[in-house]
Amino acid sequence: MATRIGIEVSIALADAVKLCNPDVIAAYPITPQTHIVEHLAELVAEGELDAEYIPVESEHSAMSACLGSAAAGARTFTATSSQGLALMNEVVYVAAPMRLPIVMAVANRALSAPLSIWADHSDLMSVRDTGWIQIITENGQQAVDNTIIAFRIAEDRRVLLPVMVHLDGFNLTHVVEPVIMPEQEPVTKFLPKNRFPLPLNPDRPVAMGDFAPPFIFTETKWAQEVNIRDSRKVIIEVWDEFSKAFGRQYLPVEKYHSDSAKVLIMTMGSSGETASVAIDELRAEGMDVGQVRLRLWRPFPFEELREAVKDADVLIVMDRAISYGGPGGPVASEVKAALYNQARKPKIVSYVISLGGRDTTVSGFKDIVKKGIEIAARGSKNEYEIYGVRE
Amino acid sequence: MAKPENELTWKDLEIGNIVTAPGSARVYESGTWRSQRPTYDFKKCIKCGLCALNCPEGCISPNKDGYFEADLYYCKGCGVCPRECPTRVIKMVEEVE
Repeated sequence: MATRIGIEVSIALADAVKLCNPDVIAAYPITPQTHIVEHLAELVAEGELDAEYIPVESEHSAMSACLGSAAAGARTFTATSSQGLALMNEVVYVAAPMRLPIVMAVANRALSAPLSIWADHSDLMSVRDTGWIQIITENGQQAVDNTIIAFRIAEDRRVLLPVMVHLDGFNLTHVVEPVIMPEQEPVTKFLPKNRFPLPLNPDRPVAMGDFAPPFIFTETKWAQEVNIRDSRKVIIEVWDEFSKAFGRQYLPVEKYHSDSAKVLIMTMGSSGETASVAIDELRAEGMDVGQVRLRLWRPFPFEELREAVKDADVLIVMDRAISYGGPGGPVASEVKAALYNQARKPKIVSYVISLGGRDTTVSGFKDIVKKGIEIAARGSKNEYEIYGVRE
Repeated sequence: MAKPENELTWKDLEIGNIVTAPGSARVYESGTWRSQRPTYDFKKCIKCGLCALNCPEGCISPNKDGYFEADLYYCKGCGVCPRECPTRVIKMVEEVE
């Protein structure tokens, strides 16, 4: 029987990786991802985990080693953050069209400059179009569960795509949380052996990541698009199966008191739990407010989003990144695009909050909801609002 | 592969565009990038093969009479062969449509 324990989320995530019995881990340490890979290195060194741990000299090499390892059919894990993700960017793009089922935990952190080691989503947004499946987690339990789920989705014959599991740096990676650690046996049952269909094998040579001239490149890109778009069905199916086996359910868009609420706040990542407390307090004050949380960032859950917000009058979307000189919050701009052609849609207010580790508290979220309702009523010339900046 | 590559649909592609047979790039007609083509006055040719040795594309080989000639399916028209030819057999001329 799995028991609830108090554990640092990074350690719990590394233990979840161990439960998945990976063959290869290639990683370079970077704050705030460090504890994840340190603990994995420790597990391998102490003989508790029978895997190849490749201590590479950079993140570019880490992802390159992961490509080779996954191409050989090995179950492959890595983790990074911020500048590390930026350094490996070139190779991150290669994994998805090559259909390599790598799992990567990303401890979300601001990108320089100025230097910041604290959480926001600028690193997450920098890999938006890499073709990876991207799952966003909100607490330690979700990070643990979705690490196990990520291997199952990635290696599914109908998917064969790399998966990122995002968890906010420090706010999640460095806190001790109550986590139910799954037992080995049900995880082994849930996660069948990885069988990559055309692995690198000297007896049956193949070439991967080859040159594609203009007459075939468009076809390769459309195949990639259909592949990730269709993965949505499998992701939902795997989440359902996980729920049957472990009793915890995940959805692409999760609702909190949102079914009849006229005003909704939308969050992505760890700040969602703080926002939930604000929603509780506002409802206690008699306000008709609810929350939707985006769990799946790629493939983007268009249908579930439209369904979740169809009865709302106001949708206040939180972002922890800026698209400079553009529409502001990347989440809000995608939500706007997803709803633009709908006959009935809420007024959307875009808020950028919590950059580079700044906390947005419960009273902050309450303030945002109240201001958001005002802005929706009177309109605004701003593309987006930025919360808490000193004028 | 059953179909020529330029007729493949996205559904025909191998998983991850993996190439399962060697030498498949041979079908790519890369000579279409050319803006100049080599022409030959074989009367002056001494069959030394310097043009073939220096061709960056490796697309020059002896024809049926033993004279060295570029395969225009691959030749990019770079102009290295006329510079290297010691007897001035080769002249580059503009490609005209």
